[in-house]
Amino acid sequence: MKKKSWMMLLTLVLVIGTVLAACGSAEETTTTDSGTPTETTTGEGATTEPATDANLAADQTLRLNLSAEPPTLDPAQAQDSQANTALRFMYEGLATIDADGNPAPGAAESWDISEDGLTYTFHMRQGATWNNGDPVTANDFVFAWQRALSPETVPAPVYAYQLYYIKGAEAFNTGETTDFSTVGVKAVDENTLEVTLANPTPYFLGLTSFYTYYPVHQATVEGNEAWAADASTMVTNGPFTLTTWVTGSEMGWTKNDKYWDAANIKLTNVTASIVNSGATETSQYQGGEIDYAGAPTGEIPTDQIQPLSEQLKDEFKLTDIASTYYYEFNTKEAPFNNAKIRKAFAMSIDRQALIDNVTKAGQTPAFGFVPTSIAGLNNQSFRDEHPDADYFKEDAAAAKTLLEEGMAEEGITTLPSITLLYNTSENHQKLALAVADMWKNNLGVEIQTKNEEWSVFLESRKTGNFQIARAGWSADYNDPMTFMDMFVTGGGNNNTGFANEEYDALIDAAYKGGNDPEKRMQDMAAAEKILVGDNMVIMPVYYYTQASLTKPYLKGVTTDFSGAINFTRAYLEQQ
Amino acid sequence: MARYVTSKLLYTLLSLFILITATFFLMKAIPGDPFMSEKEVPAPIRARLEAQYGLDKPLMTQYVNYLGNIVQGDLGISMKKLNQEVGNIIGQTFGVSLRLGLIAVVVSTIVGVALGLLAALYHRKFIDSLVMVVAVIGIAVPSFVLASLLQYTFGLKLGLFPITGTKSLLGYVLPVMALSAGPIAYIARLTRSSMLEVLNADYIKTAKAKGLKWPAILWKHVIRNGILPVVTYVGPMTANVVTGSVVVERIFGIGGIGKVFVDSITNRDYTLIMGITLFYGIILMAARFITDIVYVLVDPRIKLTSGKEG
Repeated sequence: MKKKSWMMLLTLVLVIGTVLAACGSAEETTTTDSGTPTETTTGEGATTEPATDANLAADQTLRLNLSAEPPTLDPAQAQDSQANTALRFMYEGLATIDADGNPAPGAAESWDISEDGLTYTFHMRQGATWNNGDPVTANDFVFAWQRALSPETVPAPVYAYQLYYIKGAEAFNTGETTDFSTVGVKAVDENTLEVTLANPTPYFLGLTSFYTYYPVHQATVEGNEAWAADASTMVTNGPFTLTTWVTGSEMGWTKNDKYWDAANIKLTNVTASIVNSGATETSQYQGGEIDYAGAPTGEIPTDQIQPLSEQLKDEFKLTDIASTYYYEFNTKEAPFNNAKIRKAFAMSIDRQALIDNVTKAGQTPAFGFVPTSIAGLNNQSFRDEHPDADYFKEDAAAAKTLLEEGMAEEGITTLPSITLLYNTSENHQKLALAVADMWKNNLGVEIQTKNEEWSVFLESRKTGNFQIARAGWSADYNDPMTFMDMFVTGGGNNNTGFANEEYDALIDAAYKGGNDPEKRMQDMAAAEKILVGDNMVIMPVYYYTQASLTKPYLKGVTTDFSGAINFTRAYLEQQ
Repeated sequence: MARYVTSKLLYTLLSLFILITATFFLMKAIPGDPFMSEKEVPAPIRARLEAQYGLDKPLMTQYVNYLGNIVQGDLGISMKKLNQEVGNIIGQTFGVSLRLGLIAVVVSTIVGVALGLLAALYHRKFIDSLVMVVAVIGIAVPSFVLASLLQYTFGLKLGLFPITGTKSLLGYVLPVMALSAGPIAYIARLTRSSMLEVLNADYIKTAKAKGLKWPAILWKHVIRNGILPVVTYVGPMTANVVTGSVVVERIFGIGGIGKVFVDSITNRDYTLIMGITLFYGIILMAARFITDIVYVLVDPRIKLTSGKEG
């Protein structure tokens, strides 16, 4: 008897342990890396009541967590959203993005744009300095951009292509020419920077607030190869200076009193722990160790989203971000070389049911490729102007008919075995299984699901070694082009084998048509219709949201269209 | 002894060579490379990166170059953590794991031996059962469950200890508990069975019959003899614990080497993978080497001259 009760206790403990383990283990790896050149707030991010010094907390130290250590703090080398958050404390580009999401003067005081939209003349801000006291000049920008583009730079900056909007930049970067004077960037004098673009680019000002466009301090960079690996050797021009960087543990910034707008910077210190566990981060937040949790700096585990949204109603927030979750078809291989079969698959799933029961983070069902937070014209979003509901509708019965028609066209009576490929993650797995189940019920087809580790998965997708694969895409800048240019024939990110002349022509016209915004947007909408409505090369599933928690006393935090966050103007109120 | 040490050293070097070779080729065989990302890197930039890191050369050349660098003590520069030397990364993060790990080793040895001894002395009594139940739980509950549970209970709910970080001494308490639970359980069981064996041995009965005082018997005969298996275990365990627990480091936000190692594999950061693997290899083999030597010193029954490998 005694033994039995021991066993009972033991079993109980183990059961509880297992249950708790299940609670803590789900973690979404963000696979859509977000480089975010331009920014526009979606409206809900900005709470900017002016802070009066009376209600400010005495200690203005902001405490954050980063779910990964930025691999580098060299603006030319950075590629990820953590670096984006960190660099924004430390640097300032020609323009910044104000709380409403519009470009505002940063290191440049003002600018003129030529009639043809090709030449930008930036007038540098008088009195803006580096944190060592040196003035920030037009030459600093020329140096930084040349360095990012130069084939001599080691290692080769991957994001150099973010500068390809500048005339001659691509040719210089790929080594077609070694003459930097052919590149459209010139310091007319210390205070004037002239930039010539390859094509009129309506979103170029927003791009200048992106990290690849940040200036770097020439003497520092030239004097020390590893200048960006150590807090003590970085010279920066932003509102904060990096003062602590313990590899893998923490980072810390202190207000830069030499910053030109220092009077409006309320925070005196920012500290960030580096913890790559959503469950821990949520505990840190609840235990009062950090003031902000969740995306984009960290994450909230998917299974905690629902309970937290109820328990911490006033602190919890879901924000639409410019990323799309979709499945892509390999259009080169049977059975998905047939458009009708692709359409049948896309029409036979219930997106809202997937969001309500599987993903559970208030996402928007997607029927197009360009997400809802991407700007269109006249202060409307692109999606509002060109609704995705026109492309296709969910209809299981029609899908079944289409599938039969498609199979008849191909002359087959049974489908070959089909595998849905996704990268290893609990969330992708849940969704894949639910989708496969819907296909089975609505189309009567059996689908295998298969997962692969991230890099292996990328390799499979890149080499076309898949039939249907999970994919996610996030915006580089606030324009539909950041999505639409992806599927041009032979495009580096076009894994589907899709090649369509009409599509290519529309994208090309939109590239060059920056001076006719109306037509440009229509061209891109027409291209999207070809991509999704007519050919269903990709099967959109949902537009992403990101979940975050903000302490009630933390104010002035802004989030842009892409979900990137800006803490530089934040402040802490008395509790 | 000298001959024994020399042959051991030679075997260690050979093992390291095999380790390096196997890791190098296995690592290259996994699909993917350090420059892979969701957004395709333009071909000319990719080609330049590969050339700069020597990845454009034939595999054998890369291998030979790497061996050459290692012989010169150069572990190279991380391919993902830009401009950071692999040696420095290891140095910084290992320090953190080492501090935490050594505390855990000391705690688990002391607590484990004490528990095992208690259980043996009170064999088949309540204390014995209690210790064994604790031991079974300690081994059965995975460290990520235990770590989360400790963090939730003592960190978040009771607020007794920091949830993350080891800035203050208090911050060490929970991670050390999470790290020690398994070893404590193992050591307790090991000690118990070995002590029981010794307690029943004839020479203990003799000692008792001779009228020796019980504490003296316990110290001089029981513990000394009963602790040998623990010594064997503590060596590899130390190597294991100080090289960092990914799970515990992740959950408690500790910037140790375990976390870095796992990330390096996900990132295909070739130089860092090789550097840490090599470093781990050295630590593990050193630990085994020392254990063998200590074993010889502690247990006179073992003879070295036979040249057998342990």
